[in-house]
Amino acid sequence: MTIEIAQMYKSFGRTEVLRGIDLTVANGELVALLGPSGSGKTTLLKIIAGLDWPDRGGLAFDGQDWLQLSPQDRRIGFVFQNYALFPQMTVRDNIAFGLTVRPRGERPAKAQIASRVNELLGFLQIDALGDRYPAQLSGGQRQRVALGRALAIEPTVLLLDEPFGALDAAVRRDLRRWLRGVHDAMGTTTIFVTHDQEEAFELADRVVVMNHGRIEQIGNAATIHDAPATPFIADFMGATIHLPVAVREGRIGGAGIDAAHLPTADLPNGPAQLFVRPEDLLPIPDPSGPWSVSSVTNTGSQLRLILSDASGTEIPADLRRRSPGAQGLTPGVRVHLRPEAGSVFPAETV
Amino acid sequence: MRRVLIGTAALLSAVFIVVPLVYIFVQAFSAGWGAYVANILDPNTLHAIWLTTLVAIIVVPVTIAFGIAASWLLSKFVFPGRGLLTTAIELPFSISPIIAGICYLLLYGRQGLLGGWLSQNDITILFALPGIIMVTMFVTTPFVVREVLPLMQAQGPDQEQAAVTLGAGGWQVFRRVTLPNIRWALLYGAVLCTARAVGEFGGVAIVSGSIRGKTNTLPLHVELLFNDLNVVGAFAASTVLTMIALVVLIVKTVLERRG
Ligand SMILES: Nc1ncnc2c1ncn2[C@@H]1O[C@H](COP(=O)(O)OP(=O)(O)OP(=O)(O)O)[C@@H](O)[C@H]1O
Ligand SMILES: [Mg+2]
Repeated sequence: MTIEIAQMYKSFGRTEVLRGIDLTVANGELVALLGPSGSGKTTLLKIIAGLDWPDRGGLAFDGQDWLQLSPQDRRIGFVFQNYALFPQMTVRDNIAFGLTVRPRGERPAKAQIASRVNELLGFLQIDALGDRYPAQLSGGQRQRVALGRALAIEPTVLLLDEPFGALDAAVRRDLRRWLRGVHDAMGTTTIFVTHDQEEAFELADRVVVMNHGRIEQIGNAATIHDAPATPFIADFMGATIHLPVAVREGRIGGAGIDAAHLPTADLPNGPAQLFVRPEDLLPIPDPSGPWSVSSVTNTGSQLRLILSDASGTEIPADLRRRSPGAQGLTPGVRVHLRPEAGSVFPAETV
Repeated sequence: MRRVLIGTAALLSAVFIVVPLVYIFVQAFSAGWGAYVANILDPNTLHAIWLTTLVAIIVVPVTIAFGIAASWLLSKFVFPGRGLLTTAIELPFSISPIIAGICYLLLYGRQGLLGGWLSQNDITILFALPGIIMVTMFVTTPFVVREVLPLMQAQGPDQEQAAVTLGAGGWQVFRRVTLPNIRWALLYGAVLCTARAVGEFGGVAIVSGSIRGKTNTLPLHVELLFNDLNVVGAFAASTVLTMIALVVLIVKTVLERRG
């Protein structure tokens, strides 16, 4: 199933939640929607599922207009952030729900439903839990049941809204690997929403970064990390240090900043902002440097330095404790900055 | 200190609740079993019992249906005027039933706003069953909504939405997902509603006209007998109301344990 979303707009009252979304998801692809809270991820997912409607824009599946189709007829597997399991039904009945509500003519026989449920319980590795109620399950187990319930209808598309949001880090990692396995085994076109960059990049074929109802960039870990398309992406990906620089003849320069080696992607001459991650910022001892080390915190493998300049601006820099030169960086030492990587944006776009 | 409080509470409950209840039965049987049975079997008393039952049988299901529909609407959908509707549903709680009765009188009475049209079309509302039912409905509307709405609001629309994506139609969603989630609250609301429908006095007194053997509900009948100085008869009729109240109390307690 290929999903094509074209120029989709949606407002709730005065809040514009989606502002012109264009996205194509290929058959069998696993796509992550990544973005800060309130960026419209859930809204987009609900519109795809037919639980909400856009103000304008197109939604087509394999060329068929899906906005004309009721949610019941779209056969979408939707996994809610809080699972939304039916508390009065056993795990078995939860999973069977989508099959038992089919009209009489299309409904599989009882025995067939039971064997399908058993098959799913095995596939999801929750064989022993079939007769329990949702309240008697752990978060990770509920997550599996919710996914089983969605998979039972053999969905055309699987939509997951922060599937691991409520779980602890170890369970998340386990389920992530497991979900990738499920996806590879089923081959179902899947879109999942997440707040977690690591999760998005590890799991997805492509990551779609949303902000404020727009798609800012689509890519994989390498492209989004190393070549952020917008200042928002750079910041969102952790380049939270913004240094004022100037671009001249394709070279970047600034007071106390040694960045001439960074690529500038043909930026025009003029003032610009350099976005750098704390771990990409290398302080070099320099008696005439404008920055001085104001504190050093040892977090085990890393040293976190706080650097400040004459105007009182503070910036963090992280470096490996064992890296050469780390010993020389003690409070009071003056330094200049050598960004190992970073992105430059013309000042007026920031 | 604690003992004093518990003692006071026990004493007050005895004085205000237990003693009067026991006294009803003592008075009802004061002239012996025979007189009690005769009083209950009095055609007017039997008719009052029947009328009260009929009112409850009609009003309670309607209130339940209304309560479910209103709660569903208010909790699963956002629409203009939602806040207003929520307030309007609670209105009967804050208005004395007598005022409701008087409103109906002014609206449907012979001189009332709709009175002329009604009599032209041969529709009787006041001093007949329809009026009694309407006032009772007015008084009991909030009971089911009050129990069910907060529950539905707390649960939100997620489960219903999940059911819809799994292919369930409107009725299937309601019967298999919504209803099981609210059934205890619904039953509890229905029990409270029954108690109120059976016991309603003020509003009904105004619109029924208290015609003996015709539009006299049980509480009205008790008052009539009392005014007739038929004390044994009044208390005998009261025992029926009291027993209904006790049954309601027991069902309510059981439901509270389950919920
Ligand atoms: N039913 C609604 N009525 C009014 N506003 C809504 C409604 N649903 C969502 N919004 C608003 O739309 C915006 C986007 O919401 P959405 O749930 O899509 O964000 P999200 O990206 O999923 O955020 P999160 O990561 O916090 O879940 C928010 O500002 C939210 O307040
Ligand atoms: Mg969301």
